[in-house]
Amino acid sequence: MSSAIDVAQARSGKMPLHWGLWLRQIAAIFRLEIEKNFLSRRSILIYLIALLPIFPLALLALVTPPGNEWRDFNQYSVIYSIIYNALILRTLIFFGSAWIFMNLFRGELVDRSLHYYFLSAVRREVLVVGKYISGLATSIILFTTTTVVALLLLYFPHFYSQSARYFTEGRGLSQLLTYAGITVLACVGYGAFFLVVGLFVRNPIIPALLLYGWEWLNFLLPPLLKKISVIHYLNSLVPVPVSEGAFAVVADPTPAWIAIPSMVIVTLLVLILAAYRIRHMEIRYGSD
Amino acid sequence: MSSPDQLIIFDNVSKFYGEILGVNRVNLQIAPGITSLVGPNGAGKSTLMNLMTGLLRPTRGSITLLGIPTDQPERLFRKVGYCTQFDSFPKGVTGREFINSFLLVHGFNGKRANELSHVALERVSLVEAADRKVAGYSKGMRQRIRLAQSIAHEPAILILDEPLNGLDPMVRAETIALFRKLASEGLHLIISSHILHEVDMMSDRVVLLNNGYIVAEGNIHGVRDEMEEHPMQILIRCDQPGKLAAYVFEQNHVVEARLHDDRRGLFVKTRDADRFYLMLNRAVAAGEVNVESVAPVDDDLSAVYQYLIGTSGGSA
Repeated sequence: MSSAIDVAQARSGKMPLHWGLWLRQIAAIFRLEIEKNFLSRRSILIYLIALLPIFPLALLALVTPPGNEWRDFNQYSVIYSIIYNALILRTLIFFGSAWIFMNLFRGELVDRSLHYYFLSAVRREVLVVGKYISGLATSIILFTTTTVVALLLLYFPHFYSQSARYFTEGRGLSQLLTYAGITVLACVGYGAFFLVVGLFVRNPIIPALLLYGWEWLNFLLPPLLKKISVIHYLNSLVPVPVSEGAFAVVADPTPAWIAIPSMVIVTLLVLILAAYRIRHMEIRYGSD
Repeated sequence: MSSPDQLIIFDNVSKFYGEILGVNRVNLQIAPGITSLVGPNGAGKSTLMNLMTGLLRPTRGSITLLGIPTDQPERLFRKVGYCTQFDSFPKGVTGREFINSFLLVHGFNGKRANELSHVALERVSLVEAADRKVAGYSKGMRQRIRLAQSIAHEPAILILDEPLNGLDPMVRAETIALFRKLASEGLHLIISSHILHEVDMMSDRVVLLNNGYIVAEGNIHGVRDEMEEHPMQILIRCDQPGKLAAYVFEQNHVVEARLHDDRRGLFVKTRDADRFYLMLNRAVAAGEVNVESVAPVDDDLSAVYQYLIGTSGGSA
């Protein structure tokens, strides 16, 4: 019943702020968007990206490759760290987030359906939050699943009993949770960035590739510049650090108590920018 | 005199797309009832509607609808519904889901949203097709489902961009009846259309646009009366049109008199219709002629459109 009262109050123009209404609107936007994210034709690419590390790891489960490191259980945490860093974090989550978050607004401009939201009695800031949360939920569900399944798929087929002990009694579970946490944080950070890129740039592929290059070259950058990236903070949290090569410029990892709040604060600032942009946005499909 | 809280007000509004003119120096005050925006393609009708609903922002000037500025969608769309010309929908939805989902975005709870969706679907006669995918709808059905979506939250102002496009004659008549009903309930209806005789039939007032400028506005007959450079043309059906012709030529406000092809009527062009009608009354009272009917020939929107904009306008 409260919603009818909220709407009536708003209709009379006497409703300055109402968290209950906003939360209901966010929930409605979330439901609409999550369905699109998971069930539309565009989501096929996301499923393929999420399955990217699963196929080779499933093959590795059947055939153990040559090399001593594959016969040493202790090496598996390093192997996973390399797979996570190079394949999951830098490629899968990066491009997966790009696709999901850029399409939140850009996709609707292409489909010419964004105006339905703009013609609803909803604050555009609330629209940004609703869409962002839906993108976040989609990316977190898909990519943490990939992170966890990839880790388990690496360990269990080769060393079942050792792995079982490692994950129940050893450091396995805490490592698994840490990787999942980094995945969540990566979705939060990259998601906000790509949401904004999708709002400002007509062809978001170019800025996405520029950021991709910047993130990959992060190991060559001086310590101060390293901090102007997402990957630096995420790498600082990885439980098993891996060498970045002979040419890498060494910098101290940022402690978690700085890295996590920094990412969250930057994300909030980026979302405020997105909200400002949406507040002033015009619908001119012809020019989009 | 209506207060600003009851009007749609354009205060010196201009919109430019880069260097291209959308609309220029628009000053308008629109009261409740049906107001039609009329003009050729590119005249600025859709631009005016998009400005009214905040989809576009004015380059200069300001717009308020019932006292609400257009940059506050959270307040504006409690009172405004807009049926655009964009023939696109969220993917994979049924008609009912389409209406329902955006009512939920408005903030209505599930039960109320269901009720409002059903009422809106009934109003546009789409209840039977409501649970089919919109992608499978005909053009007319898609037009109606968009109309239903724009009226579902019971707005006080309804803005409709070419709402009769794609509708068959029966549905067209039903839709016009619906517009009239909504207007009689006190709503503002702003309608753009190319179909002049339908606009003429249903509008309380018109706004004529050309090349981004308002060329005339108001009650269509009032607009016609003010066009002194185009004498009013009147057809008088009577028993002795020749005799009447001789009589009217004595009047200095009559600029032309021409017999109808069937010789049972007389076309008269006059600069002062009121004086002409007075003169005709006297002639009839004096028994000079027996008049069957008197009707203005170019007192409709089509004629005004032709005089002001220079083309015959669309008829379909």
